Parts: sequence; C-alpha cells; structure tokens
Amino acid sequence: MMEEKIQTHKSGTPKKVVIDIKNLKKSFGKLEVLKDINVQIYEGENLVVLGKSGTGKSVLIKCIVGLMDLDDGEIIVFDENIKEMNTESLSKIRRRIGFLFQSGALYDSMNVKQNLEFPLLRSPIKFSQEEIDKKTNEALSHVGLEKAILQMPSQLSGGQRKRISLARTIVTNPEIMLYDEPTTGLDPVTSDEISGLIRDVQRQYKTSSIIITHDINCVRSVADRIVMLKDGIVYKEGDLASFESSDDPEIKSFFK
Amino acid sequence: MGLVLTIQSRPVLVDFGAVTMLPGMVTVSLIREMGPVITALICAGKIGSGIGAELGAMKVTEQIDAMEVSSTNPMRYLVVTRVLATTLMIPILVLYADIMGILGSWAGANIKGDVTIVLFFAQAFASIEFIDFLPAVTKTFFFGAVIGIVGCYKGYYASGGTSSVGVAANSAVVLSSLLVIIVDVIAVQITDMML
Repeated sequence: MMEEKIQTHKSGTPKKVVIDIKNLKKSFGKLEVLKDINVQIYEGENLVVLGKSGTGKSVLIKCIVGLMDLDDGEIIVFDENIKEMNTESLSKIRRRIGFLFQSGALYDSMNVKQNLEFPLLRSPIKFSQEEIDKKTNEALSHVGLEKAILQMPSQLSGGQRKRISLARTIVTNPEIMLYDEPTTGLDPVTSDEISGLIRDVQRQYKTSSIIITHDINCVRSVADRIVMLKDGIVYKEGDLASFESSDDPEIKSFFK
Repeated sequence: MGLVLTIQSRPVLVDFGAVTMLPGMVTVSLIREMGPVITALICAGKIGSGIGAELGAMKVTEQIDAMEVSSTNPMRYLVVTRVLATTLMIPILVLYADIMGILGSWAGANIKGDVTIVLFFAQAFASIEFIDFLPAVTKTFFFGAVIGIVGCYKGYYASGGTSSVGVAANSAVVLSSLLVIIVDVIAVQITDMML
C-alpha cells in the first residue's frame, strides 16, 4: 500500500489523486501506441481523453483496469500500483471501478435483470435477494429503463444497450468510472441523454471519471478537464475553455 | 448405428450359421468403439462448435472483458464449468447412445428375423464383460474433456472481429474431432497393453 497522494489541482485547490499514470508505455509489436503518458485524475472530476483513432485512448483505460499489461511505467490506482498487483488485489481494485464498454458488452445470454444482478451475485459481499432487487431497480430507474427489466439485450436499441450497460456499472456504486466512447454510434438526442447520465452519475455517486470520446457535444457537456493524446504522448492538457480558444490546428480540427 | 451394423452383418452371419452371435457382436462393437467414438465426434461437431462460437462471440463483443472488469474470473466462470460439463455429460450421452444402438440392433434383427427383446438383450449382455465396459467408459471422460478444452480455448482466444467467431467454431470442431481420434488410438493401445 502506498501513501495517499494529495496534489494541488490546476484550479489551485488541493485534491486527492485517484489515478496516477506515470511514464506509461505500451506497444503492439513494433507499433508504439503509448510512448510516455503522464496523467493524473483527481477525485470527483470528469477527465475527457481526446485524440484521433489509434492514438491509444482505449488502450490507456484498459491498462488502468489491468485488461492489458503495460510495457513500462506505473499506474497507481487508489494508491496501489496496478503492475505489482496479484489477481486478488486487482479484483479488489476492480470492484471500485466501473467500465462502460464501447459496445455495451451486455451478456447476450442473460436478460436485463440478470445482467444487472451479475456483478452483485459475484461480489464477495453477500446481498440478500431483496437488496439485489432494490439495487437493480434503483440503477434501472436512474437510466430510465425500468420497463426493460425482463428484455433480452438483442431486443434493445443501441442507446438502450448503453443505458443498461451504464446501469450494470453503477449498480455496484463504483468510485471511478471509465467510459470508452459512450456516445459512439448514437443519434444526437440519445448522445445528449448519455452525456446527461454521465454528469448525473458523477453528481449522485461522486465518481471520478475518464471519458474517451470524439463527440465534441459530449466533451462540452461532461468535461472538467481534457487531455489530448497524439503520437503516443499527452499533446495538450487543460480545461474546455483553453481547448476551445486554442489556435493549434490539431485542436481546432476537433472543436470546429 | 446398431441398426445399420445389424442389417449389414446379418446376411454374412446367416451364411455362416452364426446368426445367434449377432447381438453379442453388435453390442461389443457398440460399447467398445462405435458408441464412444461416434458420440464423441457428434458432440465435437455440436458442442465443440457451440462452445467455440459462444465464447468467441463473447470475446469479440468484450463480454469476457466486462466479466473480468467486474471481478469475475472468466476462466473459472466460463471455461471450468463448460469443461466439467462436457467431461461429465459425454459419458452419459455415450451410455444413452449405446442403449439406443442396441435397441436399434434389435429392431434390425427383427426386420428379417424374429427375436424377442428379452432374448436379444440376454444374448447381448452375456457376451460383454466388465473389461469391455471399463476402458470404453474411461476414454469417454477424456473425449469430453478434449471437446470442452478445445472449444473453450478456440473461443476464448478468438480475435479479430466477428469473422473470428466462425473461425473459432470451425477450428474447434476440426481440432477436437482429430484429438478424439488420437485419444481413442492411445486408449486402445493402453487397453491392449493391459489385457
């Protein structure tokens, strides 16, 4: 266990660092995707990660939850180094993290209720069926899909799948949320609804989040801070205003 | 398979005046070899491809990653359960196939002859010994394990989009069928050495 890390956020107020990424390197064969990434995520903030396709944004969050091994560097989550963790410690950390996959990743063989119950039933904390029902109903009502409780994932639209997937993630009350392109493939209205839900989750569950997106409306709606990746390094870091007022053509191409 | 074996071998046995050996001959072939191997090959096609395709689809749609992220060990939840299921259920299916094969043989014997089911089964079971049964049943556990392990392996390590699901299912069938035959050859050799 490492010492708790408090750093001064750029806003001037000291904030607890929940994820500290230091000199992260990740390659696939000869292709260096992440060359030297240094990013901190503070408690309670929404950090948006921007960048063109193939810049390693998804790889970055997969490294955070240990779905991918890092080649070099460190990822400190809740003051513990992901690289040095055994399976049991990693499981403990993962229980405090929610991950919304790009595809939703709902279990096709289970209905919505079973999908939501799954992480609760597999948790080391033994919940009664009453508690499980309460938590699943709360999560479903949060995403506004109480009526879909007995539907199969194949019967849901793309937007509904994302919402149910979000409900499955928040049912365990995570402290960190990782969103992998949450609005990709959705119409503008549904995208706005998902962006609204991301903000709601942050407020209600006091989560710290990393949101990977290309959707500038989503960025404007959810970002407290933005990190832009280019050529495997952090190209620019700042708040929304600094990105919108930037003259850099790379940045302008995203914010036009 | 018992029916076909009976229809094909009955005329020859009639020519040699050995038609009373028919129930025993068919039963020994079914229990020792045909029942286990044909059932395992059918299961390799049906169950192996099913497991390969299901896990392959779960892999490419990130469902296995989602399971891992929710602190569930997918290897234990998806793989161990399936391998255990095939290992324990294929011997039962083989037993069922053996019984159905012997019943089919009785039906075949009655197409041109007239033999009661009691007499047929009495002759069939009189000709088999425990030593016919034990190696045949033992190897079916290995057939089941092979089908489960290969199906899970091919599905779990599928990569490269939806086309890999088909590839996983296909290669699971091919490899598990081949391994069933290899395991059978080894089992026959071991049985032969022990007898």
